[in-house]
Amino acid sequence: MRSVLPVFVVLAAIVALWTGACIPMNIKLALSQAERAGMAVVPQEAVRRQEMSGFGLAIRNPSIIPAVYALERPRLPSPAQVARNFRENVFDRKVTSKRSLVFHGWITLSATLNGFLLGAAIGIMLAVGVVYSRTMERSVMPWAIISQTIPIVALAPMIIVVVAALGIEGRAVPKAIISAYLCFFPILVGVTAGLRSPDQMKLDLLKTYSASPAQAFWKLRVPSSVPYLFTSLKVGIAAALVGTIVGELPTGAVQGLGARILIGDQFGTPVQIWSALFATAILAGVPIAILGLLQRVVLGRMGGGR
Amino acid sequence: MILVVMALLVWILGWWINVRLSASRVCDTPLARFAAPAIFGLTVLVMWELIVRGLGVSPVILPAPSAIAARFVVSTDILWRDFVQTALKGAVTGYLIGCATAFATAIAVDRVPFLRRGLLPIGNFVAALPIVGIAPILVSWFGFGWQSKAAVVVAMVFFPILVNTVTGLGQSSAMQRDLMRTYSAGYWQTLIKLRVPAAMPFVFNGLKISTTLALIGAIVAEYFGSPIYGMGFRITTSVGQLALDMVWAEIAVAALAGSAFYGLVALFQHRVTFWHPGQRSG
Repeated sequence: MRSVLPVFVVLAAIVALWTGACIPMNIKLALSQAERAGMAVVPQEAVRRQEMSGFGLAIRNPSIIPAVYALERPRLPSPAQVARNFRENVFDRKVTSKRSLVFHGWITLSATLNGFLLGAAIGIMLAVGVVYSRTMERSVMPWAIISQTIPIVALAPMIIVVVAALGIEGRAVPKAIISAYLCFFPILVGVTAGLRSPDQMKLDLLKTYSASPAQAFWKLRVPSSVPYLFTSLKVGIAAALVGTIVGELPTGAVQGLGARILIGDQFGTPVQIWSALFATAILAGVPIAILGLLQRVVLGRMGGGR
Repeated sequence: MILVVMALLVWILGWWINVRLSASRVCDTPLARFAAPAIFGLTVLVMWELIVRGLGVSPVILPAPSAIAARFVVSTDILWRDFVQTALKGAVTGYLIGCATAFATAIAVDRVPFLRRGLLPIGNFVAALPIVGIAPILVSWFGFGWQSKAAVVVAMVFFPILVNTVTGLGQSSAMQRDLMRTYSAGYWQTLIKLRVPAAMPFVFNGLKISTTLALIGAIVAEYFGSPIYGMGFRITTSVGQLALDMVWAEIAVAALAGSAFYGLVALFQHRVTFWHPGQRSG
């Protein structure tokens, strides 16, 4: 808890910096708007204004500065504008509305969870295979590593086309595949390390009990892999969310937070992009927090809580 | 049908060779370590080819590897131009700028414990966020050229490297720092001779994670506006034209570039952190 105050100070500094940065970023737009409204701006020629820096313009037109926070389509929306838009789209709208961020957040979250479950299942199964089969370890593991150096985004548009060609409607399946692709690897690595964590002494002990391999697996390897499992699941779900957003961004999706960002870009409404980004951040935080809580409860009940 | 059966046979043969290889005495030689994944990859490629031909899969869904290879050879000049635009100008420039700023920030933050306690949790959180989402914003700020792609890459690689470097700088033990003090070493001497080298395993961890992120960032940013070349541009337009062999050729380029980039960083790591137990063989 020692770090609560520093975190707040840093956050406050970020918000202050952001608010300040709005002035040079938006001043040109604000000046053109003021000029059209008939107010006096310095310098008068738009061409000369283009050449000047944002700071210089702000110093010469102090009276226009408040206007940079009230633009409808700013280059950089202020924190207050984003917060207002966020509140409007999260709390003031019905959740079934097509413009509600809760609705789009749910679409993204459900695709993320599907992909996460698929990826976790693949990762855990591969990990068991890698631990028990030397052949699997030697031949599959290098490819698992190489698979992560392929930028998945290159595959994303194609996965969507192929899944559609196979006659599966909607975007849920391709999005889940993309997020599974991104999240299986950290889980594979973490669970492999976890299943291997019991040392030779413990394995030998089980042998003296004449335990079968299955018993050794369930009673020793699985319990000792749990701490590793949770750590890797947390990394995995963050990766799964990245996968879902990437799956929504380049592909003309109409539902989901990624689609909100895309639509905000196409219609030139930056405030909307920013509030969708904040919704994404919250969406990323919640599952990680839930997994962290689960980790504490489970490890506590297993007697390893620290 | 015969081709599909042959594909199954190839799979069994490849797997059998690998089982024999890993059970034999030579399995720990470098050659065998290289051969096992190579045989596995080759098996998958041959199966892919045979199944695509055997079942008559339309090239619009999944082109055969031979078709992709043919396309790759024919259009090397296009692929090279895309590679230069996206990987070299966008990803590598952004990666270098991002690494340098993150490293400098980490050293600055490290001097103030208050900042470190405040920034580390936030950095950890931001490192887990899908930062690709800011791509459209940065493209609208920096234009369609490679500069906006580099900016996206900077934003993506900054936090993983920052967090890892700050963690790494805390890795030297109190005993080692005391030793430096008995040598009457100043802050900078301690930093350069002890703490930066001790941080290197962590720094390289961040650097390696960031290689993939850099390529992802550069390609995604091109979906929001680019000149008429670049890997992301080529992929989206080729998918639109259903020229999937071109898409796969571009994916092959991305895979090669990603692996080479990662391999290069891993090589540097091997050189720099030769003293670390994780780098010793056998």
